[in-house]
Amino acid sequence: MSFWKRFARNRGAVFGLVLLLAVIIIALIAPMIYPRGPWPMVQRPFLAPYAVDGLPLGTDTLGRNVAAGLVYGAQVSLLVGLISTVMALLIGVPLGAVAGFYGGWLDEGAMRFTEFFQTIPNFALAIVLVAILEPSLTSITLSIAIVSWPPVARLVRAEVMSVSKREYVDAARLAGLSNLRILVGQVLPNTVSPIIVMASLMVATAILLESSLSFLGLGDPNIMSWGYQIGAARTVIRSAWWLSFFPGLAIVLTVLALNLIGEGLNDALNPHLSRKGRT
Amino acid sequence: MTIVGPVLGRLFKAVLTLLAIAILNFFLIHAAPGDPAAVLAGEAGAADEQMIADLRAQFGLDQPFYIQLGTYVGNVLTLDLGYSFRQGAPVLDLILDRLPATLILTLTAFGISLTLGIMLGVAASARVGKPADSLLTGFALIFYATPLYWAALMAVLVFSVQLGWLPGFGYETVGADYTGLQRVGDILSHLVLPALTLGLFFMAVYMRMTRASMLEVAQQDFVKTARAKGLSPSVIRRRHILRNALLPVVTLAGLQAGQLIGGAVLTETVFAWPGIGRLMFESLAARDYNTILGVFLVSAAMVILFNIVTDIVYGLIDPRIRHTA
Repeated sequence: MSFWKRFARNRGAVFGLVLLLAVIIIALIAPMIYPRGPWPMVQRPFLAPYAVDGLPLGTDTLGRNVAAGLVYGAQVSLLVGLISTVMALLIGVPLGAVAGFYGGWLDEGAMRFTEFFQTIPNFALAIVLVAILEPSLTSITLSIAIVSWPPVARLVRAEVMSVSKREYVDAARLAGLSNLRILVGQVLPNTVSPIIVMASLMVATAILLESSLSFLGLGDPNIMSWGYQIGAARTVIRSAWWLSFFPGLAIVLTVLALNLIGEGLNDALNPHLSRKGRT
Repeated sequence: MTIVGPVLGRLFKAVLTLLAIAILNFFLIHAAPGDPAAVLAGEAGAADEQMIADLRAQFGLDQPFYIQLGTYVGNVLTLDLGYSFRQGAPVLDLILDRLPATLILTLTAFGISLTLGIMLGVAASARVGKPADSLLTGFALIFYATPLYWAALMAVLVFSVQLGWLPGFGYETVGADYTGLQRVGDILSHLVLPALTLGLFFMAVYMRMTRASMLEVAQQDFVKTARAKGLSPSVIRRRHILRNALLPVVTLAGLQAGQLIGGAVLTETVFAWPGIGRLMFESLAARDYNTILGVFLVSAAMVILFNIVTDIVYGLIDPRIRHTA
C-alpha cells in the first residue's frame, strides 16, 4: 500500500493535514488580508466580536484588531516551530548517530550530556535562556531548540544501534566502505521514518513553548504572537474574554493538527507497528 | 537486596548534576549582554555604583575567569544564591518562603493527574475501539494540545467569573483571618482550579501511556496463560496486566517532574499562586537575574530529588530492578 493510502486511512490525520494547510495559507496571505499589519489602532478598545462591522473578533485593550493579530500570529508560531525543530534535529541527530554507531566512550559521554539536559526542567531553562539573551525571535528559537534536542538524540542513538546490527551493514563493511560512509549512506537513511514522526510532534511542542514564553512576556517585542495576545489580555479576562479565547483556540487547533499528522505519519511510515501499541 | 548502595550512587550523581547546573548558570551570567555585576544587580537602574563595586568584590569579578567560576560555584554549594536587590532579600530566603506553596500545588497536581490518568487509561484500554475509548482518546488529544496557561484562564473564566463556584486568584482569602480547619478549607478551595488545570495536561499524558502500555502487555504470553486458566477478565486486567503496565508509566511520571515545575510557572502566574513559579515571573519583569537563576537551580534540584524518589518507589514496586541496579 502506498504512503498516501496508509496516511489517508487515518481520518484524524487527514483532518489534521487540512487544518494545518489552512493555518499555513492564512499565515502566508496575512499581509493581503490586513495590509496595515497587526499593530495599528483601528477602533476604540474593548470592542466585542462583531460589535462593529469588519471586526469579527473585536478589538484588544489598545484598540488593535484581534483578527489581524491572530493572522499574523500564525506566521510566528509556524516559523518558530519549524526552525527550532530543524535546529534541534541538527543537534540531536549527529550526536545520537555518533553515540549509537561508535559506542564506547563517545556513547558514554554523549549520553551523560543528553541525560544532563533531560534532568534540567526544560521550560525553566528556556525561560532563563530567553531572559538572559534578551527576548528576540532568534533567542526564542534557539532556546526552544536547546531544550528540545535530547529526545532526538536518544531516539537516533537507539535506532542507529539497532540498524547497525543488520546484515547489510556487515556487507557494506566487507565491501570496504569507510565508517562515515556506512553511517551516512547505509545506516542513517534507515532511521528517517521515526525521526520524521518525532519531528512533527516536536513542531507542535515548540509552538506550545513559544506561545508560553510569549505569554510570560518573553516574546519578541516587535512581533505579534498568539501567546503575547493572551498574555496581554490576562488581566482583563473578567471583562474581555474574547481577547484570550480566540488566540488560545488558534493554538489548540494548530497543535492538535500537528499531533494528528504525527500519528498519521506514524501509521503510514511504520506500518509494522501495530496501531494499538503506539503511545 | 539493599537499596542503600544505588541511592548513594544516585545522590553522588545528583550533586554532580547540580554542580554542572551551577557552572551553566555562571556562564549564562557572563553570556548576558553587559557587565556581569550589573546583570546580577538587575538592570533597570536598580543598582548604584557602590552596590556594583560590592558585587564585583563579592564575585571576584576582577579575578581571573577560573577563580570567578570557583567563587560562584562555591557560593552556590554553600547555598548562597546571592541577593535580590529588587526585593531587598537574599534569594534563598525568597525561594524558601515561596517553596511550600509550589510543593502543595505540584504534588496535588501530580497526584490528581497520575490517579485519573491511570484510571482513565485502564478504562480506555478495556474498551479499545469502542465509542468510550474514542471519546477518552479524543479528550486526551485535545488536552495534550491545550496550552496550560490558556486552560487556566478559561477555568477562571468559567468556574470563577461566570459560575462563581471557586476562587480564581491567590492562595487564601485576603483579610479573612481564618484559623485552623477553616483556613485549610479556604486554602483547599483556592487550590482546586490551579491543581486541576496543571494536572489536566499530565493526566492526558499518563492516560495515553497507560492505555498503550496496557494494550501492549495484554498481548504477552503470560496473559494468554492466565486467560487459559479461566481467570475472569477483570482479575487478569487488575492483577496481571495493570501491575506490569504501570512500570513504564511510573518511569514517565518521574521524567515528567521537570515539566510539572515548568507548568507551575504558568499556572502560578495565572492564579497569582505565591510559589516559586510566580516568583520567577515577577523576577522576569524586574530583570532580577539573580532570583531567576536561583529559582532555576532550585527547580532543577527538586526534579533531581523527585527522580531519586521515583527510583526508590520503582525498586519497591519491581524487585527485578532492585537486583540489577
